[in-house]
Amino acid sequence: MIDILLSVLILTGAIFTFIGSLGLARLRDFYTRLHGPTKATTLGVGCLLIASALYFSVREEGVSLHEVLVTLFLFITAPVSAHLLAKAALHLKVRSLAATPPDNDAAD
Amino acid sequence: MRRLLPHPLLTVSLALLWLLLVNQLSAGHIVLGALLGWLIPFATSRFWPEQIRVRHPLTLLRFLIVFVIDIVRGSFHVAYLILLGPARLRPVFVAVPLALRSDLAISLLANTISLTPGTVSAHLSADKRTLIVHTLDTDDAAALVAEIKQRYETPLKKIFEQED
Repeated sequence: MIDILLSVLILTGAIFTFIGSLGLARLRDFYTRLHGPTKATTLGVGCLLIASALYFSVREEGVSLHEVLVTLFLFITAPVSAHLLAKAALHLKVRSLAATPPDNDAAD
Repeated sequence: MRRLLPHPLLTVSLALLWLLLVNQLSAGHIVLGALLGWLIPFATSRFWPEQIRVRHPLTLLRFLIVFVIDIVRGSFHVAYLILLGPARLRPVFVAVPLALRSDLAISLLANTISLTPGTVSAHLSADKRTLIVHTLDTDDAAALVAEIKQRYETPLKKIFEQED
């Protein structure tokens, strides 16, 4: 039973991580590409970490909570790096599919 | 009290973080964690000019639930958009006027936006009044702004800024 649950979690995680990377390759401008790694990957890595926490809690002594930390650090760092990348791109006036914001003081 | 323990919330979080890092629960580590949680806020005090107060714990809890649901929903949505093909996307920059004033609340809002459905916060204007958000696909920018304000900004304002 637990094996089935683990397999489902790992497969879901792998599929979402893959789609996130696919987005990185397929999307057409810098800003849309930013979305793949920050989101599809969030759920992907989330599933993998839940699977890992479950596995080590069941197979070994005690509850394994290291994964909670990984999730926490990921959730803190991923949006910050995405924000900085986007900010730098606005500053450098990277080619964009969307009209760049009108009152853009990032370029100053 | 304030001088001796400037950031009680930070102290508790740091102690918990320490226990998670060592991944075991023993009296020694609880003491060490508490000690670190007490000392680190002093070393980083310039980082925390204002005291962090959570005023509505239940609102915070509801906010976290909405946040988790939106991450799952957003992941499916973005995955669907990527598989559908990039030609169908209508990416737009929208400007979200901010009602939040504290740095902490604004950064939490920006982080939340970046982690949820098809949006990445891209730039905060110099006067901290407007947040530029890039969205992957939308046909109604005004509705998106309204949703961000109602879904995330209102609870954050209630939790961290409202005086009562």
